[in-house]
Amino acid sequence: MGKIYKHHLFWPLSVLAALLLFNLFYSPDFFSITMHDGHLYGSLIDILNFGAPLILVAIGMTLVVATKGIDLSVGSIVAISGAIACLTISKGADQNVMGLILTSVLIAVGLSLFLGAWNGLLVSVGGIQPIIATLILMVAGRGIAQLVTGGQIITVTSAKYAYLGSGSLATLPFSIFVVAAVLVIALLLTRKTALGLFIESVGCNPSASLMSGIRANGVILSVYVFCGLCAGIAGLLLSSNVSSADGNNAGLWYELDAILAVVIGGTSLNGGRFYLTGTVIGALIIQTLTTTIYMIGVPPEITLVVKAFVVLAVCLIQSDSFWAVFASRWKTRHYPGEKEGIHHVS
Amino acid sequence: MSLNRKYIPIVVTILLFIIMFVAGSFRYTGFFSLQVLMNLLIDNAFLLITAVGMSFVILSGGIDLSVGSMIALSTMVSASLVQQHGWPPVVVIPLVLLMGAAFGSGMGAIIHYFKIQPFIVTLAGMFMARGLCYVISIDTITIDNSFYTAVAQTKITLPGGSFISISAIIALIVAAVAIYTAHYTRFGRNVYALGGSEQSSLLMGLPVARTKIMVYTLSGLCSALAGVVFTFYMLSGYGLHAVGFELDTIAAVVIGGTLLTGGVGYVLGTFFGVLIQGVIQTIISFEGTLSSWWTKIVIGLLLFIFILLQRVLSARGSSLKR
Amino acid sequence: MSAQEPILQMTKIHKRFPGVKALCDVDLRLYPGEVHALMGENGAGKSTLIKVLTGVYSIDEGKVEMEGISISINSPLESQAAGISTVYQEVNLCPNLTVAENIFIGREPRRFGRILWKEMNRRAAEILSERLNVQIDVTEPLRMYSVAVQQLVAIARALDISAKVLILDEPTSSLDQNEVQQLFRIMRKLKQDGLAILFVTHFLDQMYEISDRVTILRNGEFVGEYMAKDLSRLDLVLKMIGKELSLLEDLPSLAEDYKDSFGEVMVKAENLSRKGAIEPFDLSIRKGEVVGLAGLLGSGRTEAARLFFGADKPDSGKLIFPGGSEGVHTPREAIKRRIAFCSENRKTEGIIGDLTVRENIILALQAKQGVFRTLSRKQQDEVAVEYIRMLNINPPNPDHLIKNLSGGNQQKVLLARWLLTAPQLFILDEPTRGIDIGAKAEIQKLVLSLSRQGMSFLFISSELEEVLRVSDRIVVLRDHCKVKEISDKDMNQQNIMQAIAGG
Repeated sequence: MGKIYKHHLFWPLSVLAALLLFNLFYSPDFFSITMHDGHLYGSLIDILNFGAPLILVAIGMTLVVATKGIDLSVGSIVAISGAIACLTISKGADQNVMGLILTSVLIAVGLSLFLGAWNGLLVSVGGIQPIIATLILMVAGRGIAQLVTGGQIITVTSAKYAYLGSGSLATLPFSIFVVAAVLVIALLLTRKTALGLFIESVGCNPSASLMSGIRANGVILSVYVFCGLCAGIAGLLLSSNVSSADGNNAGLWYELDAILAVVIGGTSLNGGRFYLTGTVIGALIIQTLTTTIYMIGVPPEITLVVKAFVVLAVCLIQSDSFWAVFASRWKTRHYPGEKEGIHHVS
Repeated sequence: MSLNRKYIPIVVTILLFIIMFVAGSFRYTGFFSLQVLMNLLIDNAFLLITAVGMSFVILSGGIDLSVGSMIALSTMVSASLVQQHGWPPVVVIPLVLLMGAAFGSGMGAIIHYFKIQPFIVTLAGMFMARGLCYVISIDTITIDNSFYTAVAQTKITLPGGSFISISAIIALIVAAVAIYTAHYTRFGRNVYALGGSEQSSLLMGLPVARTKIMVYTLSGLCSALAGVVFTFYMLSGYGLHAVGFELDTIAAVVIGGTLLTGGVGYVLGTFFGVLIQGVIQTIISFEGTLSSWWTKIVIGLLLFIFILLQRVLSARGSSLKR
Repeated sequence: MSAQEPILQMTKIHKRFPGVKALCDVDLRLYPGEVHALMGENGAGKSTLIKVLTGVYSIDEGKVEMEGISISINSPLESQAAGISTVYQEVNLCPNLTVAENIFIGREPRRFGRILWKEMNRRAAEILSERLNVQIDVTEPLRMYSVAVQQLVAIARALDISAKVLILDEPTSSLDQNEVQQLFRIMRKLKQDGLAILFVTHFLDQMYEISDRVTILRNGEFVGEYMAKDLSRLDLVLKMIGKELSLLEDLPSLAEDYKDSFGEVMVKAENLSRKGAIEPFDLSIRKGEVVGLAGLLGSGRTEAARLFFGADKPDSGKLIFPGGSEGVHTPREAIKRRIAFCSENRKTEGIIGDLTVRENIILALQAKQGVFRTLSRKQQDEVAVEYIRMLNINPPNPDHLIKNLSGGNQQKVLLARWLLTAPQLFILDEPTRGIDIGAKAEIQKLVLSLSRQGMSFLFISSELEEVLRVSDRIVVLRDHCKVKEISDKDMNQQNIMQAIAGG
C-alpha cells in the first residue's frame, strides 16, 4: 500500500484531485455537464478545451527538458504558427475551401518544424546553452509574428478552420482529439521505440551516452524539432478557437506555463527521466487553477502569485542542497568541499 | 598594434551604434541633432537603469527574469501609497527602493544557498511580483501628486538648446557609478571572477556567497529605481507596465557585448546596447512606414550575431590554450 | 639544510568519508628550501591530503603545525593566511580576468577603496619577471595564455600571498618538455629563496630531477618518508604499488603460455599519438589475445586505450583493421567495428545513473541498432536477467536504478552492456578499481574465459598482479611513451617493475 506514494503521478494527481474537490464544494455545478445540440458543455470540458494548447506545448517541452535543455521560444512559435495560418486563409478567395485550409495548416506546421530545427541546431551543433539559443527566437519570433499579421489581429471567417479549435467530434471538442493524438504519438515514439531511452540517457549523462554510441546531437535536434511542432499545432488550435491571430498576445507566457507544467509533472529540470502523462496532469492543474480562480471571483492575475509559490516549492523539493542545508544545520564549520557533497577520494 | 581581442565585442557595439546613428542622420532630416541623442536617453532611462543591474547579474554568470515585474510592482506600490494612502514621496521612494533590494537579495539567497538555477528562482520572482501588483489593484492608478508631475515635466536645458529629463540624469549617474563599481572596486572584480569560475573564486578565497547575493540585490534595487523612474515617465501605476521587459534588458546587455555565460563584458557596453535599441526604435519611427515589430526582429538578429561572435571568439580562445 | 626544523608538520592525520577511510595515520613534514615530492597511485590519498591542507576538507584526527605552532585550517582563506598556497592541476584561476588581476584578486592595491590598476599591473609584472623570470603582458586575459603560463601565474599569486609553503598539485601533467624545464628552473629558484615546496607528481623522472625528499602514500596510509637520493627507482615503485622485492613471488599466471597460435591481427595501431597524452606508438592485438597495459598513473595507458575507441582524436597515426580498412574517429565507428570500451571514469563516462540496470545493459546494443529496431520489453528483460545471472549482479533486479548499486555491480552492468554488443576487441580501463575482492576475481575470470572463446582484450590496471594474471602479453608505458613489450617467459613482476621504473 505504501508504494502508491512513491508513484510519480501520485502528487500531481492528488493536487489535481484536491483542486477539483475544492471546486465541487465551492460550486456544486462545477461537475455538471450538459448536452446542447450534440455538444457537451461544462467546466470540465472547458478545462480540457482551453487547456489543449498548453498541454501540447508542455508535451514538447517535456522532451526538451529531459535532455537537460529548455525552449523559451515556444510562445513565439505559437504566435507565428497561428499568424501564418490565418494569413494564408485570409488571402484565399473562398475561406472555406478544404485545400486552402490544408495548405495553411501545412505551411504553419512546416514553419514550426523549421523553427524547431533552428533551435535544435544552435543547441546541438552550435553548442550554445539552450536558454541562450532559444532566447534569440523568443525575442525575434514575437516580431516575426507581428510582421506576419501586420501588427493587426487577422480575423478569418472559415468554419472549417474554426472546427480545429472549437468544433466538436463525438460530442467532445475536437482539440481534445488533437491533443490525444499528439500525446499518443509522443508516447509511442518515446516508449515503443528507443528514442525515449536515448533522450533520458543523453539528458542524464551526455558523455556516457556518447561513449555508448548514441548520436547525442541527433537526439537533441529531434526533441527541439518535436517541441517546435507541438508549439505550432498549439498555435493552430489557439488561433482557430478564436478564428483570429494576434501576433502580440497569442502564446504569451506559454513557455513559462509549459515549463511549470513539466516540473509539476515530475520531470526534473536537470534532465533524465521524463513523464509525459505527468506533464499533461501538470498542465491540467494549471488550467484548473486558472478556472478555479476565475470562478471564485479573485482577479485571475493572482494566479501568478500562486504559480510563483508552486514553482519555488517544486524546485526546493527537487534541490539536494535544500535538504542538505537542513541536514547540516548543526554543523558549525563549513568546508566548501564537503558542502558540495563531494565524496570521491583520489 | 592590433586591437586587443577582449575589446572586440564592445568596439563592435560602439561602431554599430555610430553607424546606425550616422546612417539615420543621412537618411532622415532632423535626425542628426543633439536632441535626438538626448531623447534616446530620456526615453530609455529606465531601460538603462535596469540593464545596468542586469549587467552585474549576467557578468556573475546568472540571469534575472524578474526585472520587468519588479518595475511594474514599483510603479504600483508608489502609485498606491502616494495616491491612495497619501504618503509623501520622500518616504515612498526610499521604501520602494528598499523593497526592490530586499526582493533581490531574497532571490539571491535562494539561488546561492539552495543551488537552484537563477532562471527558475527569478522566474518565480517574476510571477510573484507581477501577481502582487494585482493584489494591490487590477486597474491603472493615475498619479497626480505634485512632486511626481513636477519631476516628470522638468526639462533641464543644456547649452545648445537641447534638453534632458531628470530621469535621464538619474540613469546617467547610475551608469557612471556602475562603471566605476565594476572596474574599480573589489565587489566589481569579484563579480567578474565569479562569472569566470565559481569554483576558482571559492578556492581563491573570494566572498562568493556575499557577492552573489549582492548582485541580485543590486539588480532588484536597480529595477525598483527603474520603476520609480518609470513612474515619473508614465505617471501611473499599472500591473501590465513593462511586460516582457526582461527580454529587452537581457538583449541590451548581450548586444552591449557581455557574454551570457558570465565573466566577460563592460557596463559601458550595456550603455551602448541600450542606445542601439533606442536608435533602432528612433529610425523605425522616423521611417514611418516601418512598423514597430521590426525592432524585435532586428534585436533578435543582433542577439544572434553577438552570441555567434562570442561563440567564435571563445572557441578561438580555447583552441589557443591547447 | 635538513638540520632545520620543518616549517609545516602534519602528524597522525585521519580523514574518513562515508564508507571510505581516505587518510589513516598520515604524517607529512615540509622543510624550508626543499622540494618534497608526494607520491602514490590512484586512491592513495594524495588529493585528500592536499585538500585537508588547503581547508577544503576537515580532518577527523591529527595535528597540523606551522612553524611549531598548532593551527587549524577551516577554509581556503585560512590556509592562505597561514602561508600555505596551492596551485592545482586544473589551474584554479579565472580565465576571463587579466593576468595581473588573477595574481591580485581579493587583495588588489587600493586607495580609498579604489583599485589602483597601474600599481597592480606594475607589481604583477615585477613579481613575474623578478621571481619567475617570465615576461608577459599582464593586462591580457589569462585565457590567452598556455596552460604552462597559467600555472606560472598561479604560482605568482601563491608567492605574492607571502607563501611559506607552496603546493604544486600535478603541475606537469599537461606541460611539454620545455615547459617542464622552465617550471623546474623556477622551482629551483624558489627553493633557494627558502620556500618549502610540496610537489605532487606521478612522473618518476621528474621526481628524481627536482625533489630532495619524498613521502609515499598507499591506500590512504603513510608508507614512509625518504630522501630522494637514497631511494632507488625500483624501491620507489615497489613502495607505491605495495610490494617488498623479497616478497615478490610469481603468482601462477592464469593465462596460459604465450601462443603463436593466436588468430589473425584484429587491429593494429601504427604511429598513433596524441599531443600531451601519448607519444607515437605501434601496437597490434590479435584474436583471442589479452594485451595488458602496465605503467603508473599518468603514464599514458588510458590515453593510448582511448585512441583505440575513438574517445579522443589522434594527432597522428592510424588504426588498421583486417582487410586493410582504416580509422576509428568516434565511439560509434568503433562500436560498428565491434570494439567496446569500459572507461575508468565509471561515473562520468559509464553509468547513466538515473536509469535502471536493464536500460543500462541494453543501451549500447540499442544505440548500435538505431532508434527504430527497438528491443521489445520482453527481449530487454530476457537479456537483462540473463546477464544479471551470468555476471552475478546484485541485487538481481533489472529495474533497480544503477546509481544505487555498489561499484562492483555497476562495473558488471557496464561489462554486460558491452558484452551484449558482441565485441571482438574489448578495452577495459581499470575494470576492477574500487570494487571488492570477490567481484574482482569474477571479472578476471570472465576476461580469461571470453578470450579463450576468441575475444581480444586490452586490459589496463594499476595492479600489476592483475595485469600479469590475465595478460598474454604486457606493454609497459612510462611518461607517455611505450617503452617495452614483455611476453612469454619474461612476464614477471621484476621485469615489469624495472620497465616501469626505467632509468
